Amino acid sequence: MLPSDELTRTQALMRACIQCGTCSASCPNEFAMDATPRQLWRMLLLGRTDDIFNSRTFALCSDCYCCTLRCPRGLPATEAMEALKRMAAAGESDRYRRHHAFYKSFLKGVRRRGRVNETELMGTYFLRLRSPLAPLRFLPLGLKLTLKGKVSPMPPLKRRTPLDALFGRVAELEEGR
Amino acid sequence: MNYQYYPGCSLEGTAAEYNRSTVALMAALESELLEIEGWSCCGASAATASSRLLSLALPARNLALAERNEALSDILVPCSACYLNLKRVEETLKSDPGGQVELNQVLEAEALQIQGRKRVRHLLDVLSRDVGPEDISKKRKKRLGPLRVAPYYGCQCLRPYAVFDDPEKPRSMEALIEATGAVVHDWHMGAKCCGASHITTEMDVGLKLVAGILKDARGADAIVTVCPMCQMNLEAYQGKIARQAKEPLAVTVLYLPQLLGLCLGMSLEDLGIDKNLSVTDAFLQRLT
Repeated sequence: MLPSDELTRTQALMRACIQCGTCSASCPNEFAMDATPRQLWRMLLLGRTDDIFNSRTFALCSDCYCCTLRCPRGLPATEAMEALKRMAAAGESDRYRRHHAFYKSFLKGVRRRGRVNETELMGTYFLRLRSPLAPLRFLPLGLKLTLKGKVSPMPPLKRRTPLDALFGRVAELEEGR
Repeated sequence: MNYQYYPGCSLEGTAAEYNRSTVALMAALESELLEIEGWSCCGASAATASSRLLSLALPARNLALAERNEALSDILVPCSACYLNLKRVEETLKSDPGGQVELNQVLEAEALQIQGRKRVRHLLDVLSRDVGPEDISKKRKKRLGPLRVAPYYGCQCLRPYAVFDDPEKPRSMEALIEATGAVVHDWHMGAKCCGASHITTEMDVGLKLVAGILKDARGADAIVTVCPMCQMNLEAYQGKIARQAKEPLAVTVLYLPQLLGLCLGMSLEDLGIDKNLSVTDAFLQRLT
């Protein structure tokens, strides 16, 4: 889907927003956002994409669905947040480098072996971040999990269920639209 | 009742004890679990954030695999994120014929087909409604009498699809906890978000959310969870959060089937409790 189509589709999801702010009041991450969810929907409907993608708001959505549950207009606000995350990812904006790096590493592993291997995921993520200090933050937990025998320092060599065909077909269908 | 079983990726790694305790508990409750052969990742939040079609196709592949088994209609899912992704496909198939056509175009590449004949069930749904607290207390071998337990539901087993509990004020775990002989810790954080993957990408925000939950759990001997991500967030960063908050916040965090298994007389090892990161000495002493 072209980004502009996705923008139109996302605007349609939130078209009936009445700016009541129930979403902002319900959001557990609102304290860390520069624009509140309510403000974000206004920016969305006005097409102010620069303001949207310069804000941290949608990236801080943790998919708890409280706003979706409580919206008095019954709007799928969490789904709209997801759409904004996808548009930001397609635009490769530098601001969300960490998020993109994580999601890309995740899907790369799923495509290769069908399931996520947590050691491989964090390894690919750290390589993508290209920051030598990034792994240090997670080192104590990694060691703990290794000592508990829950993760292995090396991912298995065997690729159980490669999903190249499925990923390929999804890409084909999306390009054809 | 017997179920098809979708463990999900975390249960093969960092949540191995969730898998072990779920399988052991269901066996003790005389319920057979048949693991879906060749299952793959549900896409978690990574697929949703990159392609809508992929985020439906990945779980759809697993439902299509499950449809090959005619006999068992329900799929048991212990992870809340997997549950939501699989459930979303179940709901899409019910309401959107165009979506079904498109998913079948994708699944053709894997020589699979989907019709929407299976029901996706969260472990908490199955334990609270199919098994039920009466059955747990009937089979109880050990009363967890002195324990005070905080039920933590998190988000995605409750919302957006309100299937088995109130998505604002959930209570399905309370009767199960009481069936073990333990007391329910009365608190406000049971259905509040743990921050999910913020702990990896927005650590400071994630730690704040977890801190709020741990603080409200003061006075409880244990928090009980039904999701590997909630479990990891609540137990792995307790030391760091306590240092920042300058107060002791260490609390045992167990998976629900671990708690129920204890009252059925299963050992710490049978339930993988030796693999948990947060079990305190005080908790172990209170158990004996």
